Amino acid sequence: MSAMSAGAPRSLASSGQKSIQDILHPLSAEESALNPGSAAEKDLILPNGTPVDTSSPASSSSLLNRLQLDDDLDGETRDLFVTVDDPKKHVSTMETYITYRVCTKTTRTEFDLPEYSVRRRYQDFDWLRNKLEESQPTHLIPPLPEKFVMKGVVDRFSEEFVETRRKALDKFLKRVADHPVLSFNEHFNAFLSAKDLNKRQGLALLTKMGESVKYVTGGYKLRARPVEFAAMGDYLDLFTQKLGTIDRIAQRIIKEQSEFLMELREYGPVYSSWSSFEEDLHDPLEGVSGCMSNCSSALEELTEDMSEDFLPVLREYVLYIESMKNVLKKRDQVQAEYETKLEAVVFREDKKTPVPTDVEKCQDRVECFNADLKADWDRWENNKRQDFRQLLTGMADKNIQYYEKCLAAWESLIPVLQDKQEAEGETS
Amino acid sequence: MVEKGTSLLKMMEISVAEAEKRTGKNAVNMQETYTVYLIETSVEHIIWTNPVPDSLWRRYSEFELLRNYLLVTYPFSVVPPLPEKRAEFVWHKLSADNMDPDFVERRRVGLENFLLRVASHPDLSSDKIFYSFLTEENGWKETVFETGFQAKADSRLKALNATFRVKNPDKRFAEMKHYGDELQSVISQLLRVRARAADRLYGVYKVHGNYGRVFSEWSAIEKEMGDGLQSAGHHMDAYAASVDDILEEEEHYADQLKEYLFYADALRAVCRKHELTQYELEMAAQDLTSKKQQREELATGTIRTFSLKGMTSKLFGQETPEQREAKLKMLETQIEEGEELVKERNAECEEFVKSAWVDIERFKEQKDHDLREALISYAIMQISMCKKGIQVWNNAKECFSKM
Repeated sequence: MSAMSAGAPRSLASSGQKSIQDILHPLSAEESALNPGSAAEKDLILPNGTPVDTSSPASSSSLLNRLQLDDDLDGETRDLFVTVDDPKKHVSTMETYITYRVCTKTTRTEFDLPEYSVRRRYQDFDWLRNKLEESQPTHLIPPLPEKFVMKGVVDRFSEEFVETRRKALDKFLKRVADHPVLSFNEHFNAFLSAKDLNKRQGLALLTKMGESVKYVTGGYKLRARPVEFAAMGDYLDLFTQKLGTIDRIAQRIIKEQSEFLMELREYGPVYSSWSSFEEDLHDPLEGVSGCMSNCSSALEELTEDMSEDFLPVLREYVLYIESMKNVLKKRDQVQAEYETKLEAVVFREDKKTPVPTDVEKCQDRVECFNADLKADWDRWENNKRQDFRQLLTGMADKNIQYYEKCLAAWESLIPVLQDKQEAEGETS
Repeated sequence: MVEKGTSLLKMMEISVAEAEKRTGKNAVNMQETYTVYLIETSVEHIIWTNPVPDSLWRRYSEFELLRNYLLVTYPFSVVPPLPEKRAEFVWHKLSADNMDPDFVERRRVGLENFLLRVASHPDLSSDKIFYSFLTEENGWKETVFETGFQAKADSRLKALNATFRVKNPDKRFAEMKHYGDELQSVISQLLRVRARAADRLYGVYKVHGNYGRVFSEWSAIEKEMGDGLQSAGHHMDAYAASVDDILEEEEHYADQLKEYLFYADALRAVCRKHELTQYELEMAAQDLTSKKQQREELATGTIRTFSLKGMTSKLFGQETPEQREAKLKMLETQIEEGEELVKERNAECEEFVKSAWVDIERFKEQKDHDLREALISYAIMQISMCKKGIQVWNNAKECFSKM
């Protein structure tokens, strides 16, 4: 915070005298049982009676942060389950596209029904993400799989591509559903429940925070980014670099493997043509040819898998990091506005008048933004760790499978090669 | 010293133990660097159990001289080939330089193999020149030239390169020649593609080394993920480094194929020699037939064959009975000689076919056995490579799972 705060910033509402452990999760189902009226009004009330405005993500997440609740809700407290499955191709006169089934099961009162099943296409997911970014600018929104695929290079309707996409979309919705703030977003609700997604609904559902951040112009200059956020920014810059390098290496490996595959495809058949004019050596040579053919297929699978599963995830993360850096920049803007206005107020003539509410509102925004971002950052670090552990173990697995296939092929060849010798041994 | 039919190898141990660089002046008095190879032999003694091996140094050119001598002296034998003179079918990381230590080492092995093959050949192993090549360092070259094989060598080369048409070649030899052609063609192709594939494989492995570096750099900016990444990086480095050994082993397989590439040439040479002897027989027989015909015409007075003499005698008048008598007598002698020649050549031909076919059959068995062995060791190499790959990636996977 700025060192020039002559007037003490107004502190936020306290949780009261109760210890943290005794305070129920404000978003848990039990809370609404204690306050029967709240369920209907869709308003949650704190134990000390203060109403919690859930449409403003700022207050609820800062509340959560002060209560130091674990963001990772385990199975017992989770009340929203989302899955993406059952891809289907739709052919219309104008276009062909894939839709996915989105199933929701929930006990939350924000939803009219306990279960939903709707069909959504990639466009809809994209719309949702944009809406979330707009309406929850202080939060890190999980990434979507890449939007554009080069026609002719990738088959958009191949089973592998569709499956890779489905998995990524499923992960996206699950992350949103697990987020204590994003999961309550009304756009998200509409996405899960509405029969037809009227995408123009968006404008009306912009949250207060979204509105306030939207109005922050780029006119304010930040003196210095606080250490912890500067560290985040630096980390993201370095991490993006590393991801770029890994992407290049992976691509290079795929290229070298493809060229090796080309040679293998020529190499194997030569043994076959050799076998055609040999008698005793016919079977062994033919066997070698067949073996190489198997190895070629295994290698082809490996390169395809790496192209389809590995590279896209790397690229998603690079895009994700870009959006995170934008969130950091927005945070800087909000802080800059506050500091500028505060400075102006500090040097005002009349020191007796209280700090104008305008400045107080700015301070509020800064604190909320910082809190949201810090909480999301921790969640992001966790997810990142999981994602890369999964990605790299996946890469290792694919390579192991490739070598295992080749090993099996060569091992089954040995008896074929030794065949005559055994027969000779018997007769000699 | 060795009875024909037994192999020298049964009584003597032969090895090409070392290689050394030498410098000296060559034929045109210029400084040159060359490599010499140490040939060690030890004869089994009834009394002494651990005989000290005899040894002498030889250059590649002396091996070549020996082989050329054997080619000329035993035209019906499929003479074992020497390792290649210059490195061919190399993939780019392997040196094509004759002075390169790896090349010299592979050549040493090839030369030893050559000597062992000759020493175990039923006909070649009992050759005196071969024996002195192994045992007499000085004056061996002169001894070889004294055999006068050089003259035969020149005419042999000429004959092998000549084009002539044989009317009745032995079908088996024609098939063998065709087989030799096909074998040479297919092994060349195999070696070419293998070299290209080796190049590519090298690239695949080496690029993985870059993962090692980037994982190391990445681990520096991570907290919990750092250790796992760093150790995984080490495994990637190990993976990249493992390709050098893999490709070195594969080079041995390539050498085995090369030996049979050159053997195909030796096989073709034997078949060509058969064609030559057959051709000479056919020429002699043709000549005899034409002479007999001439005699018949002269005796009966009819001219069936066109001859300049015949025409001139028509133009300038018939020859006298004395002249005819003289001519007939000459023809009779020629016919006698011709029949001897045909008999000789026929015997030669039959002899050649017999001996050559025995050696070709021997060669066929050897080839089938050796190439099968080569394929087996190639498969074993591939299996080892796969197992190493599985191990490295499992290690890496363990590190990743600890991230």
